[in-house]
Amino acid sequence: MSVQTTLDINAIREQFPLLDQSINGHRLAYLDSTATAQKPLVVLDAMDRYYRTINANVHRGVYQISEAATEAYEGTRRTIGRFIGAKSTKEIIFTRNATEAINLVAQSWGRANLQAGDRILLTVSEHHSNLVPWQLLAAQIGVELDFIELDAQGRLDLSKLEQLLTERTKLVAMTHMSNVLGTINPVEQVIAAAKQVGALVLLDGAQSVPHIPVNVQALGCDFLAFSGHKMCGPTGIGVLWARRELLEAMPPFMGGGDMIKRVGLRESSWNDLPWKFEAGTPAIAEAIGLGAAIDFLNGLGMEAIHERERQLTHYAWDKLSAIDGLTIFGPPAAERGGLLSFTLAGVHAHDVAAILDTQGIAVRAGHHCTHPLHDIFGVPATVRASFYLYTLEEEIDRLAEALVLARDTFQL
Amino acid sequence: MDDLYRENILDHYRHPRNYGELEQATIVQHEHNPLCGDQLSIYLLVENERIVDVKFKGKGCAISQASASMLSEELTGKSVDEAKAFDKQTILDLLGIPIGPVRLKCALLSLKTLKAGLYGVNLVDDDEDSL
Repeated sequence: MSVQTTLDINAIREQFPLLDQSINGHRLAYLDSTATAQKPLVVLDAMDRYYRTINANVHRGVYQISEAATEAYEGTRRTIGRFIGAKSTKEIIFTRNATEAINLVAQSWGRANLQAGDRILLTVSEHHSNLVPWQLLAAQIGVELDFIELDAQGRLDLSKLEQLLTERTKLVAMTHMSNVLGTINPVEQVIAAAKQVGALVLLDGAQSVPHIPVNVQALGCDFLAFSGHKMCGPTGIGVLWARRELLEAMPPFMGGGDMIKRVGLRESSWNDLPWKFEAGTPAIAEAIGLGAAIDFLNGLGMEAIHERERQLTHYAWDKLSAIDGLTIFGPPAAERGGLLSFTLAGVHAHDVAAILDTQGIAVRAGHHCTHPLHDIFGVPATVRASFYLYTLEEEIDRLAEALVLARDTFQL
Repeated sequence: MDDLYRENILDHYRHPRNYGELEQATIVQHEHNPLCGDQLSIYLLVENERIVDVKFKGKGCAISQASASMLSEELTGKSVDEAKAFDKQTILDLLGIPIGPVRLKCALLSLKTLKAGLYGVNLVDDDEDSL
Protein backbone atom coordinates (compact mmCIF):
# COMPACT_ATOMS: atom_id res chain seq x y z
CA MET A 1 0.00 0.00 0.00
CA SER A 2 1.31 3.43 -0.81
CA VAL A 3 0.55 7.00 0.14
CA GLN A 4 0.61 9.99 -2.19
CA THR A 5 3.86 11.99 -2.01
CA THR A 6 5.48 14.62 -4.18
CA LEU A 7 8.78 12.74 -3.91
CA ASP A 8 9.66 9.87 -6.24
CA ILE A 9 10.80 7.46 -3.54
CA ASN A 10 11.96 4.75 -5.93
CA ALA A 11 14.13 7.24 -7.81
CA ILE A 12 15.51 8.49 -4.48
CA ARG A 13 16.33 4.94 -3.40
CA GLU A 14 18.43 4.46 -6.55
CA GLN A 15 20.73 7.09 -5.06
CA PHE A 16 21.40 4.89 -2.00
CA PRO A 17 23.38 1.79 -3.04
CA LEU A 18 23.51 0.46 0.53
CA LEU A 19 19.74 -0.07 0.63
CA ASP A 20 19.97 -2.57 -2.21
CA GLN A 21 21.14 -5.61 -0.25
CA SER A 22 19.84 -8.69 1.51
CA ILE A 23 20.21 -9.34 5.24
CA ASN A 24 19.39 -12.83 6.49
CA GLY A 25 17.66 -13.58 3.19
CA HIS A 26 15.45 -10.49 3.32
CA ARG A 27 15.76 -7.13 1.62
CA LEU A 28 17.33 -4.71 4.10
CA ALA A 29 14.76 -2.39 5.69
CA TYR A 30 16.88 0.33 7.25
CA LEU A 31 14.78 1.97 9.97
CA ASP A 32 17.56 3.60 12.00
CA SER A 33 18.17 6.91 10.22
CA THR A 34 17.88 8.80 13.51
CA ALA A 35 21.13 7.13 14.55
CA THR A 36 22.76 7.80 11.20
CA ALA A 37 21.36 8.32 7.72
CA GLN A 38 22.49 6.45 4.62
CA LYS A 39 24.59 8.27 2.02
CA PRO A 40 23.52 9.04 -1.55
CA LEU A 41 25.82 8.55 -4.53
CA VAL A 42 26.29 12.31 -4.94
CA VAL A 43 27.91 12.44 -1.48
CA LEU A 44 30.10 9.38 -2.10
CA ASP A 45 31.09 10.79 -5.49
CA ALA A 46 31.92 14.25 -4.13
CA MET A 47 34.26 12.79 -1.51
CA ASP A 48 35.77 10.35 -3.97
CA ARG A 49 36.34 13.13 -6.49
CA TYR A 50 38.06 15.25 -3.84
CA TYR A 51 40.51 12.47 -2.96
CA ARG A 52 41.08 11.50 -6.60
CA THR A 53 41.62 15.00 -7.97
CA ILE A 54 42.20 17.82 -5.47
CA ASN A 55 43.37 16.27 -2.19
CA ALA A 56 45.64 18.88 -0.58
CA ASN A 57 45.66 20.74 2.70
CA VAL A 58 43.51 23.85 2.83
CA HIS A 59 44.43 27.49 3.55
CA ARG A 60 48.14 26.94 2.91
CA GLY A 61 49.28 25.83 -0.50
CA VAL A 62 49.78 28.40 -3.23
CA TYR A 63 49.55 25.63 -5.78
CA GLN A 64 46.49 24.86 -7.80
CA ILE A 65 45.00 21.78 -6.15
CA SER A 66 45.36 23.31 -2.69
CA GLU A 67 43.46 26.35 -3.90
CA ALA A 68 40.81 24.07 -5.37
CA ALA A 69 40.56 22.15 -2.08
CA THR A 70 40.26 25.40 -0.12
CA GLU A 71 37.58 26.66 -2.47
CA ALA A 72 35.58 23.43 -2.18
CA TYR A 73 35.92 23.39 1.62
CA GLU A 74 35.00 27.05 2.07
CA GLY A 75 32.27 26.75 -0.56
CA THR A 76 30.51 24.26 1.70
CA ARG A 77 30.35 26.95 4.37
CA ARG A 78 28.29 29.11 2.02
CA THR A 79 26.00 26.16 1.23
CA ILE A 80 25.44 25.52 4.94
CA GLY A 81 24.95 29.19 5.73
CA ARG A 82 22.22 29.56 3.13
CA PHE A 83 20.62 26.28 4.24
CA ILE A 84 20.00 27.47 7.80
CA GLY A 85 19.63 31.22 7.16
CA ALA A 86 22.98 32.39 8.59
CA LYS A 87 24.02 35.97 7.86
CA SER A 88 27.65 35.18 7.06
CA THR A 89 30.04 32.30 6.55
CA LYS A 90 31.87 33.66 9.63
CA GLU A 91 29.02 32.19 11.66
CA ILE A 92 29.55 28.62 10.39
CA ILE A 93 32.07 26.68 12.48
CA PHE A 94 32.98 23.17 11.41
CA THR A 95 33.16 20.63 14.24
CA ARG A 96 33.24 16.83 14.36
CA ASN A 97 29.53 16.59 15.13
CA ALA A 98 26.74 18.21 17.16
CA THR A 99 28.32 16.87 20.36
CA GLU A 100 31.56 18.73 19.73
CA ALA A 101 29.64 21.87 18.78
CA ILE A 102 27.82 21.83 22.13
CA ASN A 103 31.04 21.13 24.03
CA LEU A 104 32.59 24.10 22.21
CA VAL A 105 29.84 26.40 23.46
CA ALA A 106 30.04 25.00 27.01
CA GLN A 107 33.80 25.34 27.29
CA SER A 108 34.34 28.54 25.32
CA TRP A 109 31.23 30.65 25.87
CA GLY A 110 30.31 29.00 29.17
CA ARG A 111 33.65 29.44 30.90
CA ALA A 112 34.05 33.00 29.63
CA ASN A 113 30.55 34.21 30.46
CA LEU A 114 29.17 32.22 33.38
CA GLN A 115 30.01 32.14 37.05
CA ALA A 116 29.04 30.14 40.12
CA GLY A 117 25.34 30.48 40.83
CA ASP A 118 24.34 31.20 37.24
CA ARG A 119 21.72 28.80 35.94
CA ILE A 120 21.32 26.80 32.72
CA LEU A 121 17.88 25.52 31.78
CA LEU A 122 17.71 22.14 30.00
CA THR A 123 14.93 19.61 29.42
CA VAL A 124 14.72 16.09 30.86
CA SER A 125 14.55 14.70 27.32
CA GLU A 126 18.00 15.87 26.22
CA HIS A 127 20.38 13.53 24.47
CA HIS A 128 23.47 12.93 26.61
CA SER A 129 25.32 15.24 24.19
CA ASN A 130 23.28 18.20 25.44
CA LEU A 131 23.39 17.18 29.08
CA VAL A 132 26.86 15.92 29.99
CA PRO A 133 28.77 18.97 28.62
CA TRP A 134 26.72 21.12 31.01
CA GLN A 135 27.31 18.72 33.89
CA LEU A 136 31.05 19.05 33.20
CA LEU A 137 30.75 22.83 33.17
CA ALA A 138 28.73 22.74 36.39
CA ALA A 139 31.49 20.75 38.08
CA GLN A 140 34.13 23.14 36.75
CA ILE A 141 32.62 26.52 37.59
CA GLY A 142 29.60 25.87 39.81
CA VAL A 143 26.72 26.75 37.49
CA GLU A 144 23.36 25.20 38.40
CA LEU A 145 21.21 23.09 36.07
CA ASP A 146 17.40 23.30 35.90
CA PHE A 147 15.10 21.11 33.86
CA ILE A 148 11.85 21.48 31.94
CA GLU A 149 9.84 18.34 32.64
CA LEU A 150 7.38 16.42 30.47
CA ASP A 151 3.61 16.17 30.68
CA ALA A 152 1.79 12.83 30.70
CA GLN A 153 1.95 12.57 26.91
CA GLY A 154 5.65 13.30 26.68
CA ARG A 155 5.33 16.94 25.62
CA LEU A 156 7.47 19.58 27.30
CA ASP A 157 5.56 20.92 30.29
CA LEU A 158 5.88 24.66 29.74
CA SER A 159 3.40 25.60 32.47
CA LYS A 160 6.27 26.31 34.88
CA LEU A 161 8.51 27.97 32.30
CA GLU A 162 8.25 31.41 33.91
CA GLN A 163 9.38 30.10 37.29
CA LEU A 164 12.21 28.10 35.69
CA LEU A 165 13.54 31.14 33.87
CA THR A 166 15.09 33.11 36.73
CA GLU A 167 17.17 36.26 36.56
CA ARG A 168 20.22 34.01 37.07
CA THR A 169 19.30 31.86 34.01
CA LYS A 170 21.90 32.71 31.37
CA LEU A 171 21.30 29.93 28.86
CA VAL A 172 18.55 27.59 27.70
CA ALA A 173 19.96 24.53 25.92
CA MET A 174 17.34 22.23 24.43
CA THR A 175 16.68 19.83 21.63
CA HIS A 176 14.66 21.07 18.68
CA MET A 177 13.39 17.55 18.00
CA SER A 178 13.61 14.68 20.49
CA ASN A 179 15.61 11.67 19.30
CA VAL A 180 13.40 9.35 21.37
CA LEU A 181 9.92 10.88 21.43
CA GLY A 182 10.19 12.50 18.02
CA THR A 183 8.48 15.57 19.45
CA ILE A 184 9.09 18.74 17.47
CA ASN A 185 9.43 21.05 20.45
CA PRO A 186 7.74 24.48 20.54
CA VAL A 187 11.13 26.20 20.67
CA GLU A 188 9.75 29.56 19.51
CA GLN A 189 7.75 29.85 22.73
CA VAL A 190 10.78 28.98 24.87
CA ILE A 191 13.03 31.38 22.94
CA ALA A 192 10.56 34.25 23.40
CA ALA A 193 10.36 33.57 27.14
CA ALA A 194 14.15 33.22 27.46
CA LYS A 195 14.64 36.62 25.83
CA GLN A 196 12.42 38.18 28.50
CA VAL A 197 15.06 37.30 31.12
CA GLY A 198 18.04 37.93 28.83
CA ALA A 199 19.02 34.28 28.53
CA LEU A 200 20.61 32.95 25.33
CA VAL A 201 19.22 29.84 23.63
CA LEU A 202 21.17 26.92 22.19
CA LEU A 203 19.23 24.51 20.00
CA ASP A 204 20.39 20.95 19.50
CA GLY A 205 19.41 20.55 15.85
CA ALA A 206 20.87 17.06 15.38
CA GLN A 207 17.39 15.69 14.61
CA SER A 208 15.62 18.78 13.26
CA VAL A 209 18.10 20.10 10.67
CA PRO A 210 18.09 16.83 8.64
CA HIS A 211 14.31 16.54 8.63
CA ILE A 212 12.51 19.91 8.74
CA PRO A 213 13.20 23.38 7.35
CA VAL A 214 15.28 25.26 9.96
CA ASN A 215 16.00 28.98 9.74
CA VAL A 216 17.97 30.49 12.60
CA GLN A 217 16.70 34.02 11.95
CA ALA A 218 13.07 32.94 12.02
CA LEU A 219 13.64 30.89 15.17
CA GLY A 220 15.63 33.61 16.91
CA CYS A 221 18.02 31.21 18.62
CA ASP A 222 21.63 32.13 19.47
CA PHE A 223 23.42 28.81 18.90
CA LEU A 224 22.52 25.86 16.67
CA ALA A 225 24.41 22.55 16.67
CA PHE A 226 23.98 19.71 14.16
CA SER A 227 25.75 16.71 12.63
CA GLY A 228 26.43 15.91 9.00
CA HIS A 229 25.99 12.14 9.21
CA LYS A 230 22.31 12.33 10.20
CA MET A 231 21.51 14.36 7.05
CA CYS A 232 22.96 12.05 4.39
CA GLY A 233 26.48 13.43 4.84
CA PRO A 234 29.54 11.61 6.16
CA THR A 235 30.54 11.06 9.80
CA GLY A 236 33.19 13.27 11.33
CA ILE A 237 31.69 16.61 10.28
CA GLY A 238 29.25 18.77 12.18
CA VAL A 239 28.38 22.43 12.49
CA LEU A 240 28.07 25.08 15.13
CA TRP A 241 26.18 28.16 14.04
CA ALA A 242 26.17 31.14 16.39
CA ARG A 243 25.47 34.84 16.06
CA ARG A 244 28.62 36.55 14.93
CA GLU A 245 28.97 38.94 17.87
CA LEU A 246 28.88 36.00 20.27
CA LEU A 247 31.58 34.14 18.35
CA GLU A 248 33.74 37.28 18.09
CA ALA A 249 33.74 37.62 21.88
CA MET A 250 34.34 33.92 22.62
CA PRO A 251 37.86 32.59 23.32
CA PRO A 252 39.19 29.67 21.23
CA PHE A 253 38.05 26.15 22.09
CA MET A 254 41.13 24.24 20.95
CA GLY A 255 44.58 25.52 20.07
CA GLY A 256 46.78 24.56 17.15
CA GLY A 257 47.48 25.35 13.55
CA ASP A 258 45.08 27.37 11.40
CA MET A 259 43.32 28.98 14.38
CA ILE A 260 46.11 31.51 15.00
CA LYS A 261 47.12 34.82 13.49
CA ARG A 262 50.56 35.15 15.07
CA VAL A 263 52.33 32.78 17.40
CA GLY A 264 55.07 33.64 19.88
CA LEU A 265 56.74 31.32 22.33
CA ARG A 266 54.59 32.48 25.24
CA GLU A 267 51.52 34.00 23.61
CA SER A 268 49.58 34.06 20.40
CA SER A 269 46.80 35.96 18.72
CA TRP A 270 43.78 34.35 17.13
CA ASN A 271 42.67 33.99 13.57
CA ASP A 272 39.48 35.64 12.32
CA LEU A 273 36.14 33.86 12.33
CA PRO A 274 35.34 31.15 11.55
CA TRP A 275 38.89 29.73 11.62
CA LYS A 276 39.49 30.85 15.22
CA PHE A 277 37.53 27.76 16.22
CA GLU A 278 39.04 25.30 13.73
CA ALA A 279 42.40 24.12 15.06
CA GLY A 280 44.37 21.66 12.98
CA THR A 281 43.71 20.20 9.55
CA PRO A 282 39.93 19.97 9.25
CA ALA A 283 37.80 17.14 7.86
CA ILE A 284 38.06 18.46 4.30
CA ALA A 285 36.54 15.57 2.37
CA GLU A 286 33.78 15.28 4.97
CA ALA A 287 32.92 18.98 4.72
CA ILE A 288 32.73 18.64 0.94
CA GLY A 289 30.54 15.55 1.38
CA LEU A 290 28.23 17.48 3.69
CA GLY A 291 27.94 20.23 1.07
CA ALA A 292 26.89 17.62 -1.49
CA ALA A 293 24.35 16.21 0.99
CA ILE A 294 22.78 19.62 1.51
CA ASP A 295 22.58 20.19 -2.24
CA PHE A 296 20.86 16.82 -2.50
CA LEU A 297 18.34 17.65 0.26
CA ASN A 298 17.72 21.09 -1.20
CA GLY A 299 17.07 19.53 -4.60
CA LEU A 300 14.21 17.55 -3.08
CA GLY A 301 13.06 20.35 -0.79
CA MET A 302 13.05 20.24 3.01
CA GLU A 303 9.32 20.96 3.11
CA ALA A 304 8.63 17.97 0.85
CA ILE A 305 10.91 15.76 2.98
CA HIS A 306 9.13 16.85 6.15
CA GLU A 307 5.73 16.21 4.54
CA ARG A 308 6.81 12.75 3.41
CA GLU A 309 8.00 11.86 6.93
CA ARG A 310 4.74 13.10 8.36
CA GLN A 311 2.89 10.65 6.09
CA LEU A 312 5.20 7.81 7.10
CA THR A 313 4.80 8.60 10.80
CA HIS A 314 1.00 8.60 10.59
CA TYR A 315 1.14 5.39 8.60
CA ALA A 316 3.46 3.73 11.13
CA TRP A 317 1.45 5.03 14.09
CA ASP A 318 -1.70 3.38 12.74
CA LYS A 319 0.06 0.10 11.97
CA LEU A 320 1.98 -0.21 15.24
CA SER A 321 -0.68 1.01 17.64
CA ALA A 322 -2.91 -1.81 16.34
CA ILE A 323 -0.49 -4.40 17.76
CA ASP A 324 -1.54 -5.84 21.13
CA GLY A 325 1.01 -5.25 23.86
CA LEU A 326 2.82 -2.48 21.98
CA THR A 327 3.21 0.88 23.75
CA ILE A 328 4.38 3.96 21.84
CA PHE A 329 6.09 6.68 23.89
CA GLY A 330 5.51 10.37 23.30
CA PRO A 331 2.88 12.61 21.74
CA PRO A 332 0.54 11.83 18.81
CA ALA A 333 1.84 11.48 15.26
CA ALA A 334 0.83 15.04 14.33
CA GLU A 335 3.36 16.53 16.77
CA ARG A 336 6.35 14.41 15.73
CA GLY A 337 9.08 13.94 13.25
CA GLY A 338 9.69 10.60 11.58
CA LEU A 339 10.34 8.26 14.46
CA LEU A 340 8.52 6.05 16.95
CA SER A 341 9.94 4.57 20.16
CA PHE A 342 8.02 1.74 21.73
CA THR A 343 8.06 -1.33 23.95
CA LEU A 344 6.49 -4.71 23.35
CA ALA A 345 5.07 -6.16 26.58
CA GLY A 346 7.17 -9.01 27.94
CA VAL A 347 9.88 -8.84 25.29
CA HIS A 348 13.06 -6.93 26.04
CA ALA A 349 13.96 -4.28 23.46
CA HIS A 350 17.17 -6.09 22.56
CA ASP A 351 15.28 -9.30 21.90
CA VAL A 352 12.80 -7.39 19.71
CA ALA A 353 15.64 -5.86 17.71
CA ALA A 354 17.37 -9.24 17.36
CA ILE A 355 14.20 -10.83 16.01
CA LEU A 356 13.63 -7.90 13.62
CA ASP A 357 17.21 -8.37 12.42
CA THR A 358 16.44 -11.95 11.45
CA GLN A 359 13.83 -10.44 9.12
CA GLY A 360 16.32 -7.95 7.65
CA ILE A 361 14.90 -5.00 9.60
CA ALA A 362 17.38 -2.63 11.25
CA VAL A 363 16.10 -0.71 14.28
CA ARG A 364 17.73 0.74 17.38
CA ALA A 365 17.24 -0.86 20.78
CA GLY A 366 18.47 0.67 24.00
CA HIS A 367 18.23 3.96 25.81
CA HIS A 368 19.22 6.06 22.76
CA CYS A 369 21.65 8.15 24.84
CA THR A 370 18.80 9.35 27.07
CA HIS A 371 19.17 7.55 30.42
CA PRO A 372 17.18 10.15 32.42
CA LEU A 373 14.25 10.01 30.00
CA HIS A 374 14.10 6.21 30.21
CA ASP A 375 14.22 6.47 34.01
CA ILE A 376 11.15 8.72 33.80
CA PHE A 377 9.38 6.17 31.57
CA GLY A 378 10.41 3.45 34.02
CA VAL A 379 11.75 1.19 31.27
CA PRO A 380 15.39 0.14 30.79
CA ALA A 381 15.21 0.27 27.02
CA THR A 382 12.91 0.98 24.10
CA VAL A 383 12.87 -0.01 20.45
CA ARG A 384 13.07 2.88 18.01
CA ALA A 385 12.08 2.81 14.35
CA SER A 386 12.97 5.93 12.41
CA PHE A 387 12.23 7.05 8.88
CA TYR A 388 13.83 9.21 6.23
CA LEU A 389 13.27 10.23 2.65
CA TYR A 390 14.05 6.73 1.35
CA THR A 391 11.69 4.83 3.68
CA LEU A 392 8.90 2.79 2.06
CA GLU A 393 5.44 2.04 3.48
CA GLU A 394 6.21 -1.58 2.63
CA GLU A 395 9.10 -1.48 5.12
CA ILE A 396 6.74 -0.31 7.84
CA ASP A 397 4.37 -3.16 6.91
CA ARG A 398 7.25 -5.59 7.33
CA LEU A 399 8.12 -3.99 10.67
CA ALA A 400 4.58 -4.51 11.94
CA GLU A 401 4.56 -8.15 10.77
CA ALA A 402 7.92 -8.84 12.40
CA LEU A 403 6.74 -7.30 15.67
CA VAL A 404 3.81 -9.69 15.72
CA LEU A 405 6.30 -12.49 15.06
CA ALA A 406 8.43 -11.31 18.01
CA ARG A 407 5.41 -11.23 20.29
CA ASP A 408 4.27 -14.69 19.17
CA THR A 409 7.78 -16.13 19.50
CA PHE A 410 7.81 -15.15 23.15
CA GLN A 411 4.14 -16.15 23.63
CA LEU A 412 3.73 -13.82 26.56
CA MET B 1 13.09 -18.24 12.67
CA ASP B 2 16.67 -18.62 13.77
CA ASP B 3 18.91 -20.13 16.39
CA LEU B 4 18.98 -17.18 18.76
CA TYR B 5 15.57 -17.84 20.24
CA ARG B 6 15.63 -21.60 20.35
CA GLU B 7 12.88 -23.10 22.50
CA ASN B 8 15.11 -23.90 25.49
CA ILE B 9 16.28 -20.27 25.70
CA LEU B 10 12.69 -19.05 25.68
CA ASP B 11 11.74 -21.73 28.19
CA HIS B 12 14.38 -20.55 30.65
CA TYR B 13 13.35 -16.93 30.03
CA ARG B 14 9.65 -17.63 30.62
CA HIS B 15 10.19 -20.04 33.49
CA PRO B 16 13.50 -19.14 35.10
CA ARG B 17 14.91 -21.86 37.41
CA ASN B 18 16.00 -20.97 40.93
CA TYR B 19 14.42 -17.53 40.64
CA GLY B 20 14.18 -15.44 43.79
CA GLU B 21 16.24 -14.41 46.80
CA LEU B 22 18.07 -16.53 49.34
CA GLU B 23 17.81 -15.12 52.85
CA GLN B 24 20.59 -17.25 54.32
CA ALA B 25 22.94 -16.65 51.35
CA THR B 26 26.65 -16.43 52.18
CA ILE B 27 27.45 -14.59 48.94
CA VAL B 28 25.24 -11.94 47.34
CA GLN B 29 26.37 -10.15 44.22
CA HIS B 30 24.61 -7.54 42.03
CA GLU B 31 25.87 -6.58 38.59
CA HIS B 32 24.43 -4.84 35.57
CA ASN B 33 25.17 -4.36 31.93
CA PRO B 34 25.17 -0.61 31.25
CA LEU B 35 24.75 -1.16 27.51
CA CYS B 36 21.28 -2.75 27.70
CA GLY B 37 20.34 -2.06 31.30
CA ASP B 38 20.27 -5.81 32.10
CA GLN B 39 20.38 -6.38 35.88
CA LEU B 40 21.30 -9.49 37.79
CA SER B 41 21.62 -10.51 41.45
CA ILE B 42 23.04 -13.92 42.40
CA TYR B 43 22.60 -15.48 45.86
CA LEU B 44 24.86 -18.40 46.84
CA LEU B 45 24.70 -20.53 49.96
CA VAL B 46 28.18 -21.99 50.47
CA GLU B 47 28.78 -24.71 53.07
CA ASN B 48 32.14 -26.51 53.44
CA GLU B 49 33.42 -24.96 50.22
CA ARG B 50 30.43 -26.33 48.33
CA ILE B 51 27.55 -24.38 46.74
CA VAL B 52 24.48 -26.01 48.26
CA ASP B 53 21.86 -23.54 47.06
CA VAL B 54 21.58 -20.89 44.33
CA LYS B 55 18.99 -18.25 43.56
CA PHE B 56 19.01 -15.33 41.18
CA LYS B 57 16.87 -12.33 40.39
CA GLY B 58 17.13 -10.09 37.40
CA LYS B 59 15.63 -8.00 34.68
CA GLY B 60 16.77 -7.97 31.11
CA CYS B 61 16.74 -9.59 27.71
CA ALA B 62 16.06 -13.28 27.10
CA ILE B 63 19.74 -14.08 26.55
CA SER B 64 20.94 -12.56 29.83
CA GLN B 65 18.16 -14.09 31.93
CA ALA B 66 18.27 -17.54 30.28
CA SER B 67 22.02 -17.57 30.79
CA ALA B 68 21.57 -16.87 34.52
CA SER B 69 18.85 -19.51 34.82
CA MET B 70 20.99 -22.17 33.14
CA LEU B 71 24.04 -21.23 35.17
CA SER B 72 22.07 -21.48 38.42
CA GLU B 73 21.17 -25.09 37.59
CA GLU B 74 24.75 -25.88 36.73
CA LEU B 75 26.11 -24.34 39.94
CA THR B 76 24.01 -26.25 42.42
CA GLY B 77 26.17 -28.87 44.17
CA LYS B 78 29.46 -27.68 42.65
CA SER B 79 32.47 -26.90 44.80
CA VAL B 80 33.67 -23.31 44.93
CA ASP B 81 36.79 -24.30 42.99
CA GLU B 82 34.71 -25.94 40.28
CA ALA B 83 32.58 -22.80 40.04
CA LYS B 84 35.68 -20.64 39.85
CA ALA B 85 36.79 -22.71 36.86
CA PHE B 86 33.65 -21.78 34.88
CA ASP B 87 34.53 -19.62 31.90
CA LYS B 88 33.10 -18.00 28.81
CA GLN B 89 32.94 -21.35 27.03
CA THR B 90 30.95 -22.87 29.90
CA ILE B 91 28.23 -20.29 29.33
CA LEU B 92 28.29 -20.55 25.53
CA ASP B 93 28.00 -24.35 25.81
CA LEU B 94 25.05 -24.00 28.19
CA LEU B 95 23.27 -21.62 25.82
CA GLY B 96 24.16 -23.75 22.81
CA ILE B 97 23.51 -20.99 20.30
CA PRO B 98 25.82 -18.75 18.29
CA ILE B 99 26.28 -15.44 20.16
CA GLY B 100 27.48 -12.41 18.22
CA PRO B 101 29.83 -9.81 19.73
CA VAL B 102 27.01 -7.42 20.65
CA ARG B 103 25.02 -9.99 22.62
CA LEU B 104 28.08 -11.48 24.31
CA LYS B 105 27.80 -8.96 27.14
CA CYS B 106 24.21 -10.12 27.72
CA ALA B 107 25.24 -13.78 27.70
CA LEU B 108 28.18 -13.30 30.05
CA LEU B 109 26.47 -11.09 32.64
CA SER B 110 25.69 -14.20 34.71
CA LEU B 111 29.33 -15.33 34.67
CA LYS B 112 30.55 -11.84 35.47
CA THR B 113 28.20 -11.69 38.48
CA LEU B 114 29.22 -15.16 39.66
CA LYS B 115 32.95 -14.44 39.44
CA ALA B 116 32.59 -11.06 41.13
CA GLY B 117 30.74 -12.80 43.94
CA LEU B 118 33.26 -15.64 44.32
CA TYR B 119 36.37 -13.48 44.13
CA GLY B 120 34.98 -10.18 45.37
CA VAL B 121 36.23 -8.51 42.20
CA ASN B 122 35.28 -8.53 38.55
CA LEU B 123 37.63 -10.86 36.71
CA VAL B 124 35.62 -11.52 33.57
CA ASP B 125 36.97 -9.84 30.50
CA ASP B 126 34.03 -9.73 28.12
CA ASP B 127 35.70 -7.29 25.75
CA GLU B 128 36.10 -8.63 22.26
CA ASP B 129 39.21 -6.54 21.70
CA SER B 130 41.29 -8.41 24.26
CA LEU B 131 44.24 -10.10 22.59
